[in-house]
Amino acid sequence: MENTALEKSVLNKRKTKSLILRFMVWLCGILTVGILAYILLFILVRGIPNINMEFLFGEYNSDSLSAFSSIVTTVEMIVISLIIAVPVGVFCAIYLHEYAKRGNKAVKVIRLAVDTLAGIPSIVYGLFGMIFFVNILGLRASVLSGVLTISIMILPVIISSSEEAIKSVPDMYREGSLGLGATRLRTVFSIVLPTAMPGILSGVILAIGRIVGETAALIFTSGTNVLENPTLDLMASQRTLAIHMYMLASEGLPYSKDMAFATGAILIIIVFIVNFAATKLAGRIGGLSNGK
Amino acid sequence: MENKEKMKIENINLYYGEFQALKNINMNINENEITAFIGPSGCGKSTLLKSLNRMNDLVEGVKIDGKILLDDVDIYKDMDATVLRKRVGMVFQKPNPFPMSIYDNVAYGPRTHGIKQKSRLDEIVEQSLRSAAMWDEVKDRLKKSALGMSGGQQQRLCIARAFSVNPEVILLDEPTSALDPISTMKIEDLLVEIKDNYTIIIVTHNMQQATRVSDKTAFFLHGEVVEFNETEKLFSLPKNKKTEDYITGRFG
Repeated sequence: MENTALEKSVLNKRKTKSLILRFMVWLCGILTVGILAYILLFILVRGIPNINMEFLFGEYNSDSLSAFSSIVTTVEMIVISLIIAVPVGVFCAIYLHEYAKRGNKAVKVIRLAVDTLAGIPSIVYGLFGMIFFVNILGLRASVLSGVLTISIMILPVIISSSEEAIKSVPDMYREGSLGLGATRLRTVFSIVLPTAMPGILSGVILAIGRIVGETAALIFTSGTNVLENPTLDLMASQRTLAIHMYMLASEGLPYSKDMAFATGAILIIIVFIVNFAATKLAGRIGGLSNGK
Repeated sequence: MENKEKMKIENINLYYGEFQALKNINMNINENEITAFIGPSGCGKSTLLKSLNRMNDLVEGVKIDGKILLDDVDIYKDMDATVLRKRVGMVFQKPNPFPMSIYDNVAYGPRTHGIKQKSRLDEIVEQSLRSAAMWDEVKDRLKKSALGMSGGQQQRLCIARAFSVNPEVILLDEPTSALDPISTMKIEDLLVEIKDNYTIIIVTHNMQQATRVSDKTAFFLHGEVVEFNETEKLFSLPKNKKTEDYITGRFG
């Protein structure tokens, strides 16, 4: 009889323990979602009412703080820096995992470089960009200087996520391809990369997040200038949305804070659209690999 | 009458770093026969199999000396690995269809070797799948992912994929070890059916399988070929005591 009593108390203790644990897990989950939801609502509720056609597509002048010009620059910067950094990053990852021999010195150096680049604060990139691209190469404060700086900044993100994705492609796929008489090159491009694509894309999404949110590195390189009308001129000094928001928030004009929130709302919406599109794309590419 | 010799293995020694995995192997593989390699784990049978289409080249630190001849041409000296692997195809232990459609899996090989014409590809895909006795099973879902199939179907797809580049020799590395008995039976039947057109070498842990399908069997132990003979003779009247101990289940 005593025994069962003891067992009961042990069981009860276990029950309370698992209850507490379950509570903690739920609490953390709710907290995370809650904070995100609060921030989103906070910005969207204040921002969206201030978004109008004038703000979205108008001219930037002394009467209007239109974000049109900055929206165009932001998209331009995303596209061009991805065009530069994604091929370099993916090829670097291919070299690291598919071609380099294990224990190779070059690999160690590249890995060290990637890790170090990933850890450098963005303002240091900005300083480097200002000295190297703006001054030494004479590119002036321009979208081009900003794009080049940002490309270096997102390179480590793309390299490490691509390498992870390539690593997770099972070796038996490579063997199957090589066993049919395919070259290593064909194996990489026809089998490894398509299989790794969803992972590579998630790295690209992270990189886009960094580009969209970047201010410190860009203030030094592409500048805080804003033109009346949008331009795709790479040599123009133009601000992105994040910088637009920063400038508006610190300007202290009446209603400029509201406009900063409106800009923030647009930023969030752009990030949503990009993530949604990339996930859809990854799903389509990865569809076959999930047996659908 | 003896069949023609397709592959000759002459004085092969293979090292993984310091470890010698194959010791002085000599063997002739006849055309249109099924040769089985049996032996306990780590005896070198898979290693030898992978040397026959140079898949060992991919492993770091492998050193091989001796000669392997395919139709009297040295495959390590006088042949490009991609050409060799087109002529000597391989089916692996675990079914490894690519994460693509069934059609693309089979078309991958011919596309690799430069066939782009759609009608020609269709023809090869159908022919290969028919040879693997699965055309009727899959003809209505060629565009579906290969990964949605059962393990047995996947392995037969891999065999069809191996057929697609029209090889002369097919190497099978324990092709049924991950499959259920019915799928295993289907694959064994298939091998016997196709041997008139191919030269087949199969590594197997399953001695019954060797007796069911093969014409010749080689028994490996510690990197050496202990006995190589016609399957019937090797299993009924083994000459070597070690072979006898292994096939009667005294060890291994």
